[in-house]
Amino acid sequence: MRLTVSADAVRLTIPALALTLLLAAVFWLQPRAMSYIGLNLLFNLAVPIALATIAQMLIMAVNDLDLSMGSFVSFVACVAATFLRDAPLVGTLILAGVVIVYSVLGIVIHLRNLPSIVVSLGMSFVWAGLAVLLLPAPGGQAPDWVRALMTMKPPIAPMAIVASIAIAILAHLIVMRSSLGVVIRGVGGNERSVERAGWSVLATRAGAYGLAGIFAVLAGIALVGLTTSADANIALRYTLLSIAGVILGGGEFIGGRVSPVGAVIGALTLTLAGSFLSFLRISPDWQIGAQGAILIVVLALRLLLNRIESGETGR
Amino acid sequence: MTGNGSKAVIEVADAKVSFGAVKALDGVTLAIMPGECLGLVGHNGAGKSTIVSVINGGLTPHQGSICGDGEILARYGINAARARGVRCVFQELSLCPNLTVIENARVLHRHLGGFGWRTRAKEVVERSLDAVFPGHGIASDRTVGDLSIAERQMVEIAMAFSDAGTTPRLIILDEPTSSLDASLADRLLAHIRRFVAAGGSVIFISHILHEILTTANRIVVMKDGRIVAERPAAVWTEQSLVEAMGSVVKGEAHRRKARDLADAPVVVEQTGRGMPFRARRGEIVGLAGLAGHGQTRMLMKLHATASADWLPRRDPAIAFVAGDRRLNGIFELWSILKNLSIASLGDLAVRGVVNSGAETERAGEWKRRIEIRTPDMANRILSLSGGNQQKVLFARALSTRAPVVLMDDPMRGVDVGTKQEVYEIVRQEAAQGRTFVWYSTEMEEVCLCDRVYVFREGAIVAELAGDAVTEENILAASFRAEAA
Repeated sequence: MRLTVSADAVRLTIPALALTLLLAAVFWLQPRAMSYIGLNLLFNLAVPIALATIAQMLIMAVNDLDLSMGSFVSFVACVAATFLRDAPLVGTLILAGVVIVYSVLGIVIHLRNLPSIVVSLGMSFVWAGLAVLLLPAPGGQAPDWVRALMTMKPPIAPMAIVASIAIAILAHLIVMRSSLGVVIRGVGGNERSVERAGWSVLATRAGAYGLAGIFAVLAGIALVGLTTSADANIALRYTLLSIAGVILGGGEFIGGRVSPVGAVIGALTLTLAGSFLSFLRISPDWQIGAQGAILIVVLALRLLLNRIESGETGR
Repeated sequence: MTGNGSKAVIEVADAKVSFGAVKALDGVTLAIMPGECLGLVGHNGAGKSTIVSVINGGLTPHQGSICGDGEILARYGINAARARGVRCVFQELSLCPNLTVIENARVLHRHLGGFGWRTRAKEVVERSLDAVFPGHGIASDRTVGDLSIAERQMVEIAMAFSDAGTTPRLIILDEPTSSLDASLADRLLAHIRRFVAAGGSVIFISHILHEILTTANRIVVMKDGRIVAERPAAVWTEQSLVEAMGSVVKGEAHRRKARDLADAPVVVEQTGRGMPFRARRGEIVGLAGLAGHGQTRMLMKLHATASADWLPRRDPAIAFVAGDRRLNGIFELWSILKNLSIASLGDLAVRGVVNSGAETERAGEWKRRIEIRTPDMANRILSLSGGNQQKVLFARALSTRAPVVLMDDPMRGVDVGTKQEVYEIVRQEAAQGRTFVWYSTEMEEVCLCDRVYVFREGAIVAELAGDAVTEENILAASFRAEAA
């Protein structure tokens, strides 16, 4: 009993520790960030990233990888800033349609035994192309209800924090507690045994991709709610951010080992790392490199902790 | 269940299955009655795993029919089999390592869903674990990947016996004791007897013949995809079973003669907690003791200290034969040939380019030498049966020039005939000056060694040499603390 608690805790310790440290550093550099508005500003952009990270995590739970996440979120943002505002019904239909497309991709990948990396890389160009067709130049406008939702001011904690917690709880319920989540992770862990138990791996993979599509759509809508307008390239860096977020949060590329709470924390950490570097007055030229350095340090820490842990339990 | 006492739970009639040119099943007729434990023995590749797949619905025979309780089942598949209460414990462990024991139970029992399934799954799996392995000490919320291989097998077996809605009626156990030590195996066998006495049916596959003889009611011998003999268990003896399988056990005669190796140079040495470990040139050193008491870790340590960290060495110092072949043995996507030659590519290459002619030749040589049963070495490794895959791993290690070979319980799930062949090769190689460090869970193998170290709680507690290598001595050393 105690063992599992510690094993799970170790998985979450490092991302939580990294987040706390970064937050402390930011507060130290810029005490004014320690306020309702300050926190909201710091973590605002984390909400869509967290949603995209959860989407990526669902794909990674079945041992696949989605390289089209960034362009898909951009595309959704473009739809949200145009159709969803001007013709809500058409916009909703489009978004429902692309979720189905995501499911179909999962089916195709499974049936034809294709590498998900190749398929999603190809799809990334499709989404990017569609996004450019919709919005050749930056523009559009967020639907009012989305804008209102994202700029809401809940009483105790700022919206960014409340939303992150809500996302983490929702994803935890779906991925860790529900039967579907167990089977999805089971497919990642040992596809054959899931199949032998009589489950349809095809349906499970389609479900995982469909769920990922839903979370990615939410990410796009949330992003537009924050930026008020969209652009075909608005979220291109989400592909790598979402993968980094999953890994940072204790997930692994294969084996169905994922942690939704960790993934949200990972997304928050990545967002905060950017602000932290700005506060340090590091020139934007170096920021991406410095962000990478933070990532490496965190992952190295995790490796170290894993090693210590396995050394202890091995005795 | 007693009402249809005369009707077979599952009956397979004239089943034929072929994979390419290989006939895996060549007209097998098999009926499993309620309240009976059917022992199934045979060589590797005799078709045991295939008939198991047919019965559990994973494989549709190309010809033949399947009946359940007297009616012909036209559309028989995994779900139909499970609905009839057919459960299977596979030879290779097949749980999801990233899920907890409870979550694995959820995956296995499809109808456990709905709100509060965790509590129900926990109850189902714990009840079964307690019944099969009393005092198992496995917390059901642990992740399966963190469990030892023996614990994983216990969980898997308990899962098969667990009852969540559909009562298990026929349980297929394919080499269930291969990772269990003697006392756990006994508990399992006792549970099988109880289960059968209560009217359940079991198909029991094992290479440990006395387990079959003491547990089964009826024993079926398979060979080359056919049933060659079928008699009540009481009529069989170990000797007659082995004869029916078509390979000869030499009994105690294969005991090697004591050799004087005191003057041979020490090639591997390791000190740690407990007694120091030492192996001389040309020696076969056994690691014994209960499963999971530090033997594998010792092998890993020996391997790590003797192999280069960064650059490959010109002359390999050490070769490793993995026991858990799925985890760290085979390359599943590669051909048999590539799987065999990977360890000695350095020798087969000229200026960094692999000489494919020499590679094929060497593979052909080993195919003959240890009889890898395949029409073509270019076939995928997974086309081989488990025992033949293990042979490939042996060939991989033995075909290197490494003077030391480490073996991590490599005979798990390998048939008697193959074992004899491999023992012979090991003896020859040792006579030529190769050193073998051999961890084995089977007493017979340990007794083949020149010298044996017995492990308990992660440390060497006894060293036995020559005539002192006996079952009693090893058991005494493994259990000393518990007995006191």
